[in-house]
Amino acid sequence: MPYSPMLVRPMREELTSAGVKELTTAAEVDAWLAEKNGTAMLIVNSVCGCAAGAARPGARLALQSPDRPERVASVFAGQDLEATAKARAAFPDIPPSSPSIALLKDGELVYFIPRHRIEGRSAEQLASDLTGAFSRFSAAVAH
Amino acid sequence: MGTFHQDRGELHGITVVVETDASEVWVGRCDTADDRGVVLRDADVHRESSGRDAFLRSASELGVWPRHRQVLIPSQSVASIRRLGEL
Repeated sequence: MPYSPMLVRPMREELTSAGVKELTTAAEVDAWLAEKNGTAMLIVNSVCGCAAGAARPGARLALQSPDRPERVASVFAGQDLEATAKARAAFPDIPPSSPSIALLKDGELVYFIPRHRIEGRSAEQLASDLTGAFSRFSAAVAH
Repeated sequence: MGTFHQDRGELHGITVVVETDASEVWVGRCDTADDRGVVLRDADVHRESSGRDAFLRSASELGVWPRHRQVLIPSQSVASIRRLGEL
């Protein structure tokens, strides 16, 4: 059952205040995924502090990188159910987990961090993983 | 931003690998680990000797499919428990 919207709002704003576009409906996810050009990052946000407590600040740190993806969006697992299901359906070979982070290039999944690669790690460690991936996959993209 | 979870031990919420004395390998999110055993949520299991390494390799890379919403592995069956992220 979803948590109270009031309780979850700060967790949404932690990402949206860093320029992350929040996708709350399946239609919004469809439209976001339909854009194929360039680099993009999709964050599956989560209430769970066991991992999301590092995922959000880690993503915020990483987004300060000059190589940050051109488009960044999030869905909120356990809150925006249809949007999350639609986002997960785009990656049918990947088991669902939240939080998790997908990096796409020209519409193709090129990098994925599942929940268990976030658990127990610091925001700085996660940001380092992400910025490394940004550097590898943004090289051929004209900014 | 903190968690809403109560204190359920250091492995609560952590994705773990539990090996049993029956040669099962379970992977799932630990809810509790205490004298009764290990409760996993959204878990998958591998029961055959062949394919064990491939199962763990895949789990380590991408995670597991939640084929078992919740399972209790009795403590007397638990041979080892470790974090999936450390594989």
